Amino acid sequence: MPVNYFPAEFEVLRNYDKCIQCRACERQCSNKVHWFDADFGKMLSHDEKCVDCQRCVSICPTGALKIKPNENAFRKSANYTQPLMTEAYRQAGTGSVLLSSMGTPKDYPVYWDKILLNASQVTNPPIDPLREPMETRVFLGKRPTQMKFKKNGELDLSLEPSLALNVPIMFSAMSYGSISKNAHESLARAAEELGTYYNTGEGGLHKDFYRYGANTIVQVASGRFGVHKDYLNAGAAIEIKMGQGAKPGIGGHLPGEKIKEDVAHTRMIPRGTDAISPAPHHDIYSIEDLRQLIFSVKEATEYKKPVIVKIAAVHNVAAIASGVARSGADIIAIDGFRGGTGAAPTRIRDNVGIPIELALAAVDGRLRHEGIRNEVSIVAAGSIRCSSDAVKAIALGADAVYIATPALLAMGCHLCRSCHTGKCNWGIATQEPELVKRLNPDIAYHRLVNLVTAWNHEIQEIMGGMGINSIEALRGNRLMLRGIGLTEKELQILGILHAGE
Amino acid sequence: MKYEYVIIGNSAAAAGCIEGIRETDKKGTVAVISDEKYHIYSRPLISYRLKGDVTEKQMNYRPADFYKVNNVETLLGKRAVSVDSKTKIVQLETGEKIEYEKLLLATGSKPFVPPMDGLDSVRNRFCFMKMDDVKGIEKVVKKGAKVLIIGAGLIGLKAAEALEHYDCEMTVIDLADRILPSILDKKTSEIMRKHIEAHGVKFILGTSAKSFKNNVVTLTNGEEIKFDILITAVGVRPNTELAESAGAKVERGQRDAAPNSVSGKAEPADNCLAARSNSIHARGFITDKKQAVKGVKNIWAAGDCTVSEDITTGTSHIIAIMPNAYAQGLVAGRNMSGNKDTFDKAFPMNAIGFFGLHIITAGAYVGDCYEENDGENVKQLFSSDNKLNGFILMGDKIKRAGIYTALIRERTDLTTVDYKLLCEAPQLAAFAREKRFDILSKGA
Amino acid sequence: MKKIYVNEERCLGCHLCEFYCAFANSGETEMFKAFKLGKNAVPRIKVEDGNGINFAVQCRHCDDPLCMKNCIAGAISKVDGVVKIDHDKCVGCYTCVLSCPYGCIVPDKNGHSAAKCELCAENGTIPACVQNCINGAIVFEERGE
Repeated sequence: MPVNYFPAEFEVLRNYDKCIQCRACERQCSNKVHWFDADFGKMLSHDEKCVDCQRCVSICPTGALKIKPNENAFRKSANYTQPLMTEAYRQAGTGSVLLSSMGTPKDYPVYWDKILLNASQVTNPPIDPLREPMETRVFLGKRPTQMKFKKNGELDLSLEPSLALNVPIMFSAMSYGSISKNAHESLARAAEELGTYYNTGEGGLHKDFYRYGANTIVQVASGRFGVHKDYLNAGAAIEIKMGQGAKPGIGGHLPGEKIKEDVAHTRMIPRGTDAISPAPHHDIYSIEDLRQLIFSVKEATEYKKPVIVKIAAVHNVAAIASGVARSGADIIAIDGFRGGTGAAPTRIRDNVGIPIELALAAVDGRLRHEGIRNEVSIVAAGSIRCSSDAVKAIALGADAVYIATPALLAMGCHLCRSCHTGKCNWGIATQEPELVKRLNPDIAYHRLVNLVTAWNHEIQEIMGGMGINSIEALRGNRLMLRGIGLTEKELQILGILHAGE
Repeated sequence: MKYEYVIIGNSAAAAGCIEGIRETDKKGTVAVISDEKYHIYSRPLISYRLKGDVTEKQMNYRPADFYKVNNVETLLGKRAVSVDSKTKIVQLETGEKIEYEKLLLATGSKPFVPPMDGLDSVRNRFCFMKMDDVKGIEKVVKKGAKVLIIGAGLIGLKAAEALEHYDCEMTVIDLADRILPSILDKKTSEIMRKHIEAHGVKFILGTSAKSFKNNVVTLTNGEEIKFDILITAVGVRPNTELAESAGAKVERGQRDAAPNSVSGKAEPADNCLAARSNSIHARGFITDKKQAVKGVKNIWAAGDCTVSEDITTGTSHIIAIMPNAYAQGLVAGRNMSGNKDTFDKAFPMNAIGFFGLHIITAGAYVGDCYEENDGENVKQLFSSDNKLNGFILMGDKIKRAGIYTALIRERTDLTTVDYKLLCEAPQLAAFAREKRFDILSKGA
Repeated sequence: MKKIYVNEERCLGCHLCEFYCAFANSGETEMFKAFKLGKNAVPRIKVEDGNGINFAVQCRHCDDPLCMKNCIAGAISKVDGVVKIDHDKCVGCYTCVLSCPYGCIVPDKNGHSAAKCELCAENGTIPACVQNCINGAIVFEERGE
């Protein structure tokens, strides 16, 4: 038995006065933490297996459980922290790249929390959203830059293909494979009811969900999984994924265990084989190549659907976005580095990319500067955590936002960041039938609708306070924002004034 | 006095009949005749009454307003002595004549007391079938009394269980070499015997009473036992006299139909019979499946006095159990009031406990046996030709027994279910998906 | 009439309904007390785990209830569609256990009577199993039969 270099991360605390040995914790833990010990006549736990997903705590009928961090501590060092030491031990044991899931937990600045919103006083008075119309409808796509006339002299009223959103919020890409079928169904049904869109991610579209096509964005990524003509035509828009905020410059790897019959069929790959998305699209090495792909999919869909190009927020994101805007894309989605992932190498997730706030401001500014802002819509993604983040994103220049982590939270996710194990106890990031079952789409879709509806109410309230009555009027309205505790440089990039100015 | 419906007997079959009639015919006049003077009560509850678990009121098989709600006239405490099926008149002992349009004979059975020398000299001699038996015993039983029970069947042992309450010194004798032979096989009978013995009941088996002199019995093995109270519970006989007086067909059931024969060999039928548990090899009324008595018109019959066809054996015999009585009464009542219904799901079944050890049994113990047995909790399932024929469940194993019972009742083809899984535990998961959805969404 | 139905596709086999059921019928105010004090906490709902599937089953309140017809004490009746046991009359012979084709009548812990789902008529408007099912697998609704 080799030395165990690192202790359990969590400790399961059980109040034995309250534990009735119903064994629900045992039955519901895919990590096999809990068990009933017949000799002791009580429930015990393998703390080292616990990932702190809170499933057991949430369902314990007597509230007998609590999970807390293991207080056992290595000798303190501000430089070599316990997580760093543990990771070194782990890698010394396995020789492998560290894998993580969901957004980085590291303490990077969250600019949303350093930006304050404006409100009207006296002049330009606030608007009461309960009494007056408050438009949250948003159209995404190219806007006409000049009036056009037909040959007979009549005004040409035709528009480029676009997406119409009742709320400025869409569900961002999560593939079928990385999340469960029930999770997908929940997102699809919620998007339909909300009048917005969900995104298939790169895993193709399950045949059962073609019926939600009018509210679906179908994604084409470097692996090209599940991409065929019907798929492209099934959605309301097509998204070409160039990168992902949580892992810029990195492909994807869905392990073979997750490729069960249905996933394999949807992805059009053999069952049990690893689904590997290459880091680049092997046919895209230039903006011209990207343009070719954009027009390929436009051709395949008869120019009826807008094309989104999703890029990760990286250092020169503004220049890249400028190129993308010129490549024929109708919408650019920018994914910040704090965004989530179903699995990413830890070091990449925690160190590569830039925050969405800075990237968004930079892109919006650059496109305006170049006079091509109307050529594309901008969707901000990568850690839009609440309605005020969304409002700030729109004021920084976004047309709409993508959310994923909050959607997962609505479905029950507790951010244990163990998606990559495939044993999600909440039935979300798993393909195990008995785990998938735990996510009841009837309940989950309703909770998603509730979440977005609530956000939308808040957005209306915030806008009303500013005396603004439409998203259209909020977009890029940086005067509504003030920085707090930010440096001159940060304020300059964000294009906002400091509070008090 | 004339009634559209006359019911002779006032127990489960009568209740079934009344409820069957009143499902559609709310107005037709109904009269119930019984030689017992009590409100309709549950006969099997007499042992619980003796034990003190229930009061006389709690023994009511139907609520106190049962006759009133159902608009039934009662002629209680009056014995019917004959039936003239031509004039459609029931003659009562009191001299009254009751005219009927339709008659139900639910006359049940009476205790069989075999002739034994000197029986008349015994003081405090009782049977254990009716309310009055309990009342009689209650009057004379004293703490620590010596009680002799003849018959180690359901009735005798239920009496023994009740009398433990009085700290009686109990001896049970039976001609058979084991107890409860009507419902248990040798192994389970042995477990139950030991369990009952642990509660202070003494068994003398394989022997019978040769003669009595006052309150001393001499057994066939020569042993002499003094006792204060004698309870005879060797068996019952259907009350067939009324039917015979009416000219109805009364026949013996088929002997090989005993459900208790693992080997297929019949047990002696007379030594240990119970009013609510058992198939009786005796004369009973022959009816059709609508419970109409053969050989006469406008007369139906239900309950312990009738012969039914046992679906587990295909043979006809008396299945004297309360559920049958009620079901037959209900079918009779429905047919008497012009509806159509048949009773064709008869088989023996029994749920009973002695001193805390419960047993549930059903059907015929023939065929391949699946067995679990830890000395107290026992499961035996008997199947042949892909049909479940019967079972014996004891202790913990009684749970969800009804799922097995349904397999017998429906004669379910065991190839359509996961029988292996069912053997492990009775469960609906063993049924095919569609069947399961069907039964779970509907309810019987 | 509203009845309890279980969606097999949704049932997780967590067995929590059994505990909520037993608690609801225990007369205790706290769940842990219902079980810790050794009171008469018996579930009237049963979760099956056989053959890789899970579903809970409880009294179907049959149109023609065999338990009621077969009860030797006349202790079972149907009131407003709900099959009920009169515990005052029940002697615990378990003929109902023998009779119920769903296996939905259980011996009570006291050993002297039987217990079954009575749709929580005494415990509020929504049955405890329905209210507490963590996956919405158990519903209380009217269905055409």
